[in-house]
Amino acid sequence: MQSQATYNYKVVRQFAIMTVVWGIVGMLVGVIVAAQLVWPELNFAEWFHFGRLRPLHTNAVIFAFGGCALFATSYYVVQRTNHVPLFAPKLASFTFWGWQLIIVLAAVTLPLGITTSKEYAELEWPIDILIAVVWVSYAIVFFGTIAKRKTSHIYVANWFYGAFIIAVALLHIVNSAAIPVSLTKSYSAYAGVQDAMIQWWYGHNAVGFFLTAGFLGMMYYFVPKQADRPVYSYRLSVVHFWALIFTYMWAGPHHLHYTALPDWTQSVGMIFSLILLAPSWGGMINGIMTLSGAWHKLRTDPILKFLITSLSFYGMSTFEGPMMSVKTVNALSHYTDWTVGHVHSGALGWVAMVSIGAIYYLLPRMYGKTEMYSTKLITTHFWIATIGVVLYIASMWIAGVMQGLMWRATNPDGTLTYSFVESVKASYPFWSIRLLGGVLFLGGMLLMFYNMVKTIAGQKAYSAPVVAPQAAHA
Amino acid sequence: MELNDLRSILTVLGLVCFLGICLWAYSKSARQGFDEAAQLPFTDDDPPVRKEPDQQRKEG
Repeated sequence: MQSQATYNYKVVRQFAIMTVVWGIVGMLVGVIVAAQLVWPELNFAEWFHFGRLRPLHTNAVIFAFGGCALFATSYYVVQRTNHVPLFAPKLASFTFWGWQLIIVLAAVTLPLGITTSKEYAELEWPIDILIAVVWVSYAIVFFGTIAKRKTSHIYVANWFYGAFIIAVALLHIVNSAAIPVSLTKSYSAYAGVQDAMIQWWYGHNAVGFFLTAGFLGMMYYFVPKQADRPVYSYRLSVVHFWALIFTYMWAGPHHLHYTALPDWTQSVGMIFSLILLAPSWGGMINGIMTLSGAWHKLRTDPILKFLITSLSFYGMSTFEGPMMSVKTVNALSHYTDWTVGHVHSGALGWVAMVSIGAIYYLLPRMYGKTEMYSTKLITTHFWIATIGVVLYIASMWIAGVMQGLMWRATNPDGTLTYSFVESVKASYPFWSIRLLGGVLFLGGMLLMFYNMVKTIAGQKAYSAPVVAPQAAHA
Repeated sequence: MELNDLRSILTVLGLVCFLGICLWAYSKSARQGFDEAAQLPFTDDDPPVRKEPDQQRKEG
């Protein structure tokens, strides 16, 4: 044969580059909506209003930025740990272009006000069908690649990616069931409290499988790779996996505390959210302890800094989450900025940081190198991003607890001590600090973009040859 | 038997299944396979990596 077979790096490269691009777009929209809360004058047109841009922000960061990172890393990991190129490369290419089309359609329809109004599932039915088609194609490529593997074991990262792919297909198809009345308008197939419960079964498992399981797959490959040592405990990773699978599906009702949802269902949701602390922390400890005996690497390796800090934020937000699901705590926290802070502790601190670390690992390898253009810039990015996250979540904690306390305060005669607008006024300084945190995080992404362009410029795209599995001790 | 009995049985079976997985994961027989699987990210040559297992970290 003239040339040896190579891994399919093309689709990995495409998704990796778009991760950075969509990260900047999604976080820029986040900064804009944060600025709109500080300066309401910025809501200058109906398509540029907070209410329309906010779902654009969430969809862009979760599905465009996070989604591209998951596609890129899963396609890379499934090839390299199974020692085979991707199954059905044309279908893999379709998942890339299909996913980009979905993102563009979201960016057009959401500002136009075309929405189902279901949180994180706002896109209307024609786009939902396209998502389902792309997702099933993704599953075929991923599991097809596993089916033709050259190894006897399926590495644990693939289990997490696989669970993420199956669960998201299930969640998306069930929750998006709707009756269309026109091309741009549909009504949910469910009604009343069932609709709310299905929505938050979807919503919380989108957190559990899209924003957790997939990124844990990332952790189980890139942390050992970057630390250059196997995962701390493989058996713990197996228990971690099954514990998440068995418990996450039940936690959704904590989004509906003190609503029309039956009380017992709320309690089930709360109990399972509390149980989730165990597997979450088991996974975090497994990731961080992989570095045991090699802690010095943290001092010099900014990619490892990103990966390990992301795990610290994962531990923090998975402690905070169960705590907030306790009904009495939720009575204070619900509908306040505390929830927004919690989400960003997970989304910026965990999901974005682990993705950034993994993409910094991937990008040079897509061009036959092992290092980014500038390691110093990665270190700068790390510190800017970390300060940004801390400012963001600390200001939201303070604003949230303050709002909760102000809303529930009553005078001796039973009337409310504060009007709602007084709590808005008191929140202004913290919304400004949050804006600053967001600007810093976005600034870090711009540095990453510059570093990426300099890494790629003048380099030829590279695809590594497929290697037969060698004994790790060779 | 009504539907709720089946639901309860399924929930209990889920728990039993999970406990079984835990026992299996920590059994001696699973040990060797896990040790092999843990090395899978290091069975390729990109980038050149140090591959000797870390004796101190072996679980007891």
